[in-house]
Amino acid sequence: MIRALHKYIGLIAAVLLLVLALSGVALSVVPAWEKIKAPALVETKLTVGELAARIAVHYPEVEQIRRAPSGQITAYYYADDAPGAVVVDPATGLGLSDYEFSPVVRWLKDLHRSLLLGDGGRLTMAAGAGALLLLSISGVFLIARRMGGWRKVFSPARGTLATRLHVEAGRLSILGLALTSVTALYMTLGTFEILPQDVANPAFPAEVSGETGLGTAQMQALNHVPVNQLRSLTFPYANDATDVFTLTTDNGKGYIDQGTGKILAWEDAGTWQKVNEFIYLLHTGKGAWLWGLLLGLMVSGAPVLAVTGLVLWWKARQARPSLPKGVAAHKADTIILVGSEAGSTWGFAGTLMSGLTANGHGVYAAPLSRFTPDKYSNAKQIIVLAATYGNGEAPASAKGFIDKLSALKQAPAARLAVLGFGDRQFPAYCAYAEEIIAQAKETGWELLLPMDTVDQQSPQDFNRWGNALGQVLGHELELAHVPVQPRTHRLKLVSRRDYGLEVQAPTAILRFAVPRTGLLNCLRGRGWKHFKAGDLLGIIPDSSDVARLYSLASSTQDGFVEICVRKHSHGLCSGQLFNLAIGDEISAFIRPNPAFAPAKNRKPVILIGAGTGIGPLAGFARANHKKRPMQLYFGIRHPDSDYLYQDELGLWQSEGKLQKVNLAASRVKQVDYVQHVLQRDAASVAAQIKNGAQILVCGGRDMAAGVAEALQEILAPHGLEPAQLKAQGRYLEDVY
Amino acid sequence: MKKILTTLALTTALVIPGSVMARTITLTGALKNYGGDGAYLAVYVTKENGDFVGTVWVGGGKSKYFDHFTHWYRATRGDMRYAMTGASVGAGRSFEITFDLADALIDSGYQIRIDASVEDMRDAPSDIVIPITSENFGVTNSGRRYVRSVVLQ
Repeated sequence: MIRALHKYIGLIAAVLLLVLALSGVALSVVPAWEKIKAPALVETKLTVGELAARIAVHYPEVEQIRRAPSGQITAYYYADDAPGAVVVDPATGLGLSDYEFSPVVRWLKDLHRSLLLGDGGRLTMAAGAGALLLLSISGVFLIARRMGGWRKVFSPARGTLATRLHVEAGRLSILGLALTSVTALYMTLGTFEILPQDVANPAFPAEVSGETGLGTAQMQALNHVPVNQLRSLTFPYANDATDVFTLTTDNGKGYIDQGTGKILAWEDAGTWQKVNEFIYLLHTGKGAWLWGLLLGLMVSGAPVLAVTGLVLWWKARQARPSLPKGVAAHKADTIILVGSEAGSTWGFAGTLMSGLTANGHGVYAAPLSRFTPDKYSNAKQIIVLAATYGNGEAPASAKGFIDKLSALKQAPAARLAVLGFGDRQFPAYCAYAEEIIAQAKETGWELLLPMDTVDQQSPQDFNRWGNALGQVLGHELELAHVPVQPRTHRLKLVSRRDYGLEVQAPTAILRFAVPRTGLLNCLRGRGWKHFKAGDLLGIIPDSSDVARLYSLASSTQDGFVEICVRKHSHGLCSGQLFNLAIGDEISAFIRPNPAFAPAKNRKPVILIGAGTGIGPLAGFARANHKKRPMQLYFGIRHPDSDYLYQDELGLWQSEGKLQKVNLAASRVKQVDYVQHVLQRDAASVAAQIKNGAQILVCGGRDMAAGVAEALQEILAPHGLEPAQLKAQGRYLEDVY
Repeated sequence: MKKILTTLALTTALVIPGSVMARTITLTGALKNYGGDGAYLAVYVTKENGDFVGTVWVGGGKSKYFDHFTHWYRATRGDMRYAMTGASVGAGRSFEITFDLADALIDSGYQIRIDASVEDMRDAPSDIVIPITSENFGVTNSGRRYVRSVVLQ
């Protein structure tokens, strides 16, 4: 509900808000600019009477003196019947420059408040301010929901760049935007005379002395009013003895006799006037230039919000595919229920639907929120594809499903399959899918196959699950899902080092140049992303749509893109990579992998890897400029053949980036594996871990299992569990 | 610049009590290109010494700004009796007001005055003062600040 409100208001008002925000930001610098331009008032005790006298010397036909909130003093006069206006130096009363209200500011102001369209435009812009207020309020709730509660509102934003920018800009701007929209609405009420008016406006005096000629400096009513309280002083009309001086100050307005210099009438500014003026100051920053700049800074987040908001909406729209034609709910033997937040899970549902339909199934698909089991009279299986929102909450299209499920008296006869979609960067990975499983167990719903998960929309994960589903259903099921591919760039190979041929493990360290993508593409979000060691390089081999991921052994700062590749006998991608010659190019993209990186602290790091698993670990050592304690356990076959990074590892040790390299070779006389070396070092390893050390493991599944076992044994005497370290993020694995 | 004629009001009556005879007057005015937002105008009739007789027309849309017509406001305290109201007049534009004027006001020392005001710019009370005399009909009078010219017919 809140999300839909936020989306539709945002879509309708986006262009209006861009105009409002951009013109508002431009106007926000005006008070500061005027402050800089205004001649300084040196004599703090200067009175209005003295100032007026000084000005009248140079401009005998002065008609009005005004003081702007910036402190700038202007005098309006006639000279030989021609009107003139000057910015006055209060010290001399002399005009410094001709005064003209800036046409640019006037245009911006008109655009900002009325789109240059008069009252109709004012109402439109007021509607824009209302939309902004609703967006701010709904935005606060959405951020709280996304972060997993009000207490976590300020925790780091995660997700795609557009999402993070939207959240960050929102948090930065929300206060300014809410304040500026509330004050704008208030000012609109004032403009259309809906608010009560009590601007000081005393009745014109019934009688005046009729005398003229007293100098303003001698006027009792003027010579105790300091200039910094002045708003305007209007002189009597020339040769009209019945006219008076009109003085407006911060406190009110009054009339002064031109012959006696005494106050004839005075009215204090009313409460409404003071409130209105304060609201005006809050909105415009006039008279509070620093606040104006701050407000402008906050509002400058609004264009970012408008653009990223549109991008997010567009991405979600693109990700929602048209589903293949299914059958009616009561006829279908397979029901697919989708819990999707941004829409990408629907794409997988479409692929699954096509795959099942091709195998003779009658398939019906619906959002999880429309779960109506009594209608599924012919269903044999119900397949739930569920994403997770925020801290384990139900995604948009799954609202109310758990309640419906727990309210069921009897579980549906059709068996249940659940596939969770998520991102391992989030702590609550696939938590909603797990909640469904838990509730299904409670209801006594029979499972078709165990729950599985798909990380970051991985087509491989999806197909693996599809194969398992096919086995249960008694036919082959290949799910070739083509997700929206990331934008790829061409990478050119600049160097390669080959290893391991002699030990039947042909391996290469491939180094590519960082592609140049130009400023324009970077701004459009199409540039080559920043990357760190441990992030993934997605490579799309020729004649395939499915990307293969390789751990990066370098970061942006190194100025090159480096990976380690082991040639597999039938590997399509590794084969193509292995055949690359210097100067050849491949298509690739970066996928961030923040889940596999050393924590940002000074605690020791234990790197454990074998074979090509050395890649990201070497990258971590290379980037260890702060020289935190770092040890490497590295498993190879033979020191003379596949000792990857041999030279660098020595160099980094001499530079202090690596404390020690513990080598384990498996094809020498003394057969050794990393887990064995670890066990020999048990005392030191345990001491480091108790000291807060972090463990990062990269390599094959078997090696990782062996390491886990060894660590279990090493830590057990100290009352520590590897699982416990994993939960704390101190034991990370990148396993393939 | 293309001049667009703004017909501000069709007709308004300014008749002093006791007089019977009146004639229809057309006031045609033009504003200077002062480079600002639309001008608020107050057109009214006074005696030679400035004493207020009646309002012909007040325009600008938002009555809360009418105190910027300092002379008119002083004379009337914002009393809108006899007045027609309408929109503001853009810089460089022309305007035309038709109203009935009692014969007794002609050649008897009465004046038509216009106060003008523009947002963020100075107020111009009595921007133009035109004596209501027979000779003055058909003659072009010039204003001081915002009013370029006014012709009575």
